[in-house]
Amino acid sequence: MNILVCVKQVPDTTEIKIDPVKNTLIREGVPSIVNPFDGYALEAAARIKDKNPDTKIVVLSMGPEQAKAALKECLAIAADKAYLVSDRAFGGSDTLATSYIISETIKKVEELEGKFDAIFCGKQAIDGDTAQVGPEIAEHLGLPQVTYGLEAELDGDTVKVRKEVEEGVEVIGVKMPCLVTFTKPAWDPRYPTIKRKMAANKAEIPTLTAADLPTINLDNAGLKGSPTKVKKTFVPQKKTGGVKIKEEDNAASAKVLFEKLSAAGII
Amino acid sequence: MEAKTKDLWVFVETNEDGTAKNVGIELLTPGKLMAGKQGGNLVAVVIGCGADAAVQAASEHGADKVIVVDGPEYKHYSTDAYAIALCTLVEKYGPTSMLIGATNNGRDLGPRVSCRLHTGLTADCTGLDIDEESGNVAWTRPAFGGNLMATILCPDHRPQIGTVRPGVFKKSEAGAANAEVIKEDIHVADDQIRTQVIELIREMGGENVDLEGAEIIVSGGRGVGGPEGFDTIKALADVLGATVGASRAAVDAGWIAHAHQVGQTGKTVGPKLYIACGISGAIQHLAGMSGSDVVVAINKDPDAPIFDVADYGVVGNLFEVLPVLVDEIKKARG
Repeated sequence: MNILVCVKQVPDTTEIKIDPVKNTLIREGVPSIVNPFDGYALEAAARIKDKNPDTKIVVLSMGPEQAKAALKECLAIAADKAYLVSDRAFGGSDTLATSYIISETIKKVEELEGKFDAIFCGKQAIDGDTAQVGPEIAEHLGLPQVTYGLEAELDGDTVKVRKEVEEGVEVIGVKMPCLVTFTKPAWDPRYPTIKRKMAANKAEIPTLTAADLPTINLDNAGLKGSPTKVKKTFVPQKKTGGVKIKEEDNAASAKVLFEKLSAAGII
Repeated sequence: MEAKTKDLWVFVETNEDGTAKNVGIELLTPGKLMAGKQGGNLVAVVIGCGADAAVQAASEHGADKVIVVDGPEYKHYSTDAYAIALCTLVEKYGPTSMLIGATNNGRDLGPRVSCRLHTGLTADCTGLDIDEESGNVAWTRPAFGGNLMATILCPDHRPQIGTVRPGVFKKSEAGAANAEVIKEDIHVADDQIRTQVIELIREMGGENVDLEGAEIIVSGGRGVGGPEGFDTIKALADVLGATVGASRAAVDAGWIAHAHQVGQTGKTVGPKLYIACGISGAIQHLAGMSGSDVVVAINKDPDAPIFDVADYGVVGNLFEVLPVLVDEIKKARG
């Protein structure tokens, strides 16, 4: 069993602050982390490996050289091999261009590591929140997809995915090779061991560039290959607080709340 | 591809009983305005099985035309069948723009379709307009957990596609159903559908946690204190006919299933009324519920950030406030 997990290094959006004067995001000093949903995808792969020890887990990230820190974290947690794909020509890529570059890179990595039976991704990255790159990679590679996975297990040549749906949980069977994106499951991902951490620190992570991808058409990468263009960005206006209710006791507050809501025709 | 018409399409997702999901009908409202500005028709595209009710709803809520693909292979959503049907239609008719509701299925389908058509897709939009300079759709969406908004254009590729968050736009009043209905026969063979539903495990007691379509949501957070604390939340939800939501803290603590979670790692909601109980209001939670029309917050901590977005804030103990509120509502309703 050969699993590829796609990961993105993202700024920790819980740490992002707004510059009150310029009204822009302050990105300096914001820690970089492995996108949490990608961590769930890695954990899902690790759980398959727990049951099928001959599984190989390869992680791939697209990003600048610093993204190797995220790949090292994945190596420390569960991955066996890591690749970074990085090139100035890829800058400014939207989801279509990004997924194209990643799918071309996957073809190259498969020459080195063997065909992947399954590709796991987070359902979305917490910076862009698009949830598009996973399904678009599947489309570029012609693979079936299951999104919003909670857990995955092997059943012969099929992956059975527990998928989150509005009504509860659906169990979906999909023949390999396939692509699955993961959302937040009920359990926490494992932590790295000291031993794995030390090994990961020493690991050499190959960087692939456009020149390493023989079939890539750079017209489909970077700004040039991106159908969507950002026209502007702005900080949303904060809603100003409304009526505050604090009477002598909670019962009185509840009554005032009820009166106000029914007077306004809300309930 | 090139657009063949100036038409704007709204993909109307269907339920298994052939009715339309709310968001598809909601999107006909902005769709009408945008189609007018683009100088084209508003076309609803209905894919489903026995979907007459959805066709009727689209027609009553402003569609000029309805294109319907009906067949047993569309009863239960599958990426493959829906992507084949929708791409076939787009290639045949060539709309200039298309809106898709950002439900789980819509966000599964959108990228598959836009990638196959080699065009741009903007995810989870909360604002729609036509850019005056260029005449393109201006798609506005949150990023960085709601900390930043971005307006996106897709100038050179057609159709320009976006998924749009449920609950942001309101359904129009139903009018006469005058739309021209066009039936398209698109058959997808079994072996072209590469996923199979093995089992559906319904949420406790068969309860359907449809937070995205809910008109009222009562949510509990860390302040609820434990799984039994949600009984108090449910009591209020019951009298209001509301859906129960939860913050990440309550879900992570194992007090309630993740399907109830509102926020960045859960559902994005847009009810008419959102009642946050014992929820402090972390930015990730606010990102998921800021589209609500009216927000009520009940929290012991007067400095909780949830009060900054609340229209009505009660500083107090939710276990003493909610039962009295429930009684008052029951009394008023006799």
